[in-house]
Amino acid sequence: MTGHVGGRAVRAAGERGGDVRFQLTDDQRALRSGVRELLARRFGREALRAAVERPGLDRALWRELGTAGFFALRLPETAGGVGLGLPEAVLMFEEAGRALLPGPLVATHLAAGNVPGAAEGETVVAAADGGGLLEWRAAADVVLGDAVDAVPLRSVDPLTPLHRVPASDTPDPVAVLLTAAEQLGTATRACELAVQHARTRQQFGQPIGAFQAVKHLCAELLARVEVARAAVYAAAVTADPADIAAARLLADDAAVRGARDCLQVHGGMGFTWEADVHLLLKRAWVRARRAGGGAESEELLARELLSGAGR
Amino acid sequence: MDLADTPEDAEFRARLREWLGKVLPTLPPKPSPDDWPGRRAHDLGWQRTLYDAGYADVHWAAAPTVRLIFLEETERAGAPYVGANFVGLLHAGPTIAAEGSAGQRARWLPPILRGEEVWCQGFSEPDAGSDLASLRTRAWRDGDDYVVSGSKIWTSHAEVADWCELLVRTDPTAAKHRGITWLAMRMDAPGVTVRPLRTLAGSAEFAEVFLDEVRVPVAHRVGDENDGWRVTMVTLSFERGTAFVGEVVACRRVLGELAREARRNGRWDDPALRRRLGLLDAEFRALWRLTQWNVSEASAGGVPGVGGSVFKLRYSHARQELYDTAADVLGDEALDLDRPWVLDRLSSLSYTIAAGTSQIQRNIVAERILGLPKGR
Ligand SMILES: Cc1cc2nc3c(=O)[nH]c(=O)nc-3n(C[C@H](O)[C@H](O)[C@H](O)COP(=O)(O)OP(=O)(O)OC[C@H]3O[C@@H](n4cnc5c(N)ncnc54)[C@H](O)[C@@H]3O)c2cc1C
Repeated sequence: MTGHVGGRAVRAAGERGGDVRFQLTDDQRALRSGVRELLARRFGREALRAAVERPGLDRALWRELGTAGFFALRLPETAGGVGLGLPEAVLMFEEAGRALLPGPLVATHLAAGNVPGAAEGETVVAAADGGGLLEWRAAADVVLGDAVDAVPLRSVDPLTPLHRVPASDTPDPVAVLLTAAEQLGTATRACELAVQHARTRQQFGQPIGAFQAVKHLCAELLARVEVARAAVYAAAVTADPADIAAARLLADDAAVRGARDCLQVHGGMGFTWEADVHLLLKRAWVRARRAGGGAESEELLARELLSGAGR
Repeated sequence: MDLADTPEDAEFRARLREWLGKVLPTLPPKPSPDDWPGRRAHDLGWQRTLYDAGYADVHWAAAPTVRLIFLEETERAGAPYVGANFVGLLHAGPTIAAEGSAGQRARWLPPILRGEEVWCQGFSEPDAGSDLASLRTRAWRDGDDYVVSGSKIWTSHAEVADWCELLVRTDPTAAKHRGITWLAMRMDAPGVTVRPLRTLAGSAEFAEVFLDEVRVPVAHRVGDENDGWRVTMVTLSFERGTAFVGEVVACRRVLGELAREARRNGRWDDPALRRRLGLLDAEFRALWRLTQWNVSEASAGGVPGVGGSVFKLRYSHARQELYDTAADVLGDEALDLDRPWVLDRLSSLSYTIAAGTSQIQRNIVAERILGLPKGR
């Protein structure tokens, strides 16, 4: 009799129905499509290419992002913010990564509430992120962290100006997570571009996507995106440093290798300045070096294994 | 998005944990890999224990989140693996539950849940592996029976199985996917011969099964005649989508043990090894999250989607990487079969082959999820 208590709990739980919890809520879906529409309208392909030709920060767009709540998203409503949490921020940054939106988005988002005007998109904030690099120093109104001896370098990414700075203390895990979300978005775009090209480009009388060598590159692209997505969303829910470290490693891999494979699927076109593929790869490279790169995340997880925590 | 237990889930978890703490120390030791009758008895005994405690049907009847809690807690506590019950509990049973008639469900499901009958899977044939739909084992109607002749191969647990989920060709003139039927066959029926095959790990995990005019009642057909391919897809989606999920938790346990062993033998001082372990931890954490995501998506007892192929693809490779890393930790001892993980490393070699090879999973992901054209 007592032995069946467990079984009853099982059925009771089963009857609850609609037990869908680790999925986007309707509000989260709406937020995501709102951001996606805004970015498609304000930073579509033409705007992206225009930005490549005329580097610099679009202040009007920055203010629009501010109005849309991009920076104030996690500030409490009492402080004039939107009052949402990390999962919503992650969805927003994923869209930013998908659109390859340029600018010190993470730094300004984190400065909202501390630096006047950051939340509204009036002040552009750049920050040394603990690693050895500083993005967007010249365009920023406020630069946080040790940037006195910043040395400019000729950035590999046409849309991210870079300075070398002294590496500092341990990076902010939220910055790492939001970067992972951007990487996830870029990886998703790489997968979409690769699949679209594989469907339309014809060789030997058929779409190249019918060849297994190409097909399997696309399948691996998607698998990396889906695994990274689960890791990034989970880290947004738990905000656990080890989950964030895992999310970062998988998202970096999905974005960097995804862009590489996308390039391969594009053939000679992939090696051109004109195709967008290189922009994906270069941004992914820049983000993968944020906060000093992935090695520290791997070490953190290794330490975690030893301590037996998180299991 | 939420990952926290509801109060009901937390209560279920606590009760299960307490029960495991009490019952696991009372279980008999695990029999040796070569002792088939012993292994069967051990695996079925555990299922019976679950049944008596009311946990037998968690895989079938519980809400997805509850099922994950069950897998998480049993693995963490080091409870026995499903073993010989794999096919019955994790894919033949769920297929019968989804596609069988009321009578078939009443006949076959309770003995699976009570740990009384073992099932095996007779799908692959010598000339039909990846191209499963080209299978040639024939079945003719004769009165109320099918008469089945042909041969199956790689049939895991065939030696100790009572039943076989069997794919046969009932219409050799139809297109290859259209002439297949899904039957439940008794393994002790006259005309069934089992010849064990030794695996590279040394034990006989699978077998060849020869079928010589075996009579299978028409009443043992699940789904319609010649509609077996559709039923097969249901079986495979359970096999790929949900059957391996619990192993992810087990892999994370092994990873922790590896870290401690590396610390003990000094390998921990090598940053390349530490980082390899850290990266693997990231992978298994993510696979567990992907599972939670997929399972949240499917409703309780529903048929998992092709997304299972993404999981299967990544998991198979991660598992092989895990045991290759174990070998890195062990050094020379990785060549000693008496060391832990060495046999596991050998078994892991099958993961990219069994239940559909990695190449086939990539085809499925590309064609069925991404919509890329089929090759000519
Ligand atoms: C441990 C173990 C247990 C098993 N248990 C069972 C069981 O209980 N019941 C059962 O029915 N079966 C079982 N199998 C069989 C398993 O499902 C098959 O081995 C598997 O589907 C591959 O078929 P095959 O061995 O004929 O290889 P093949 O199909 O001959 O494949 C050989 C190689 O060719 C590649 N290949 C084939 N076709 C394609 C293609 N279209 N595109 C790209 N590459 C291709 C494969 O990926 C593989 O690398 C088991 C296998 C193993 C290893």
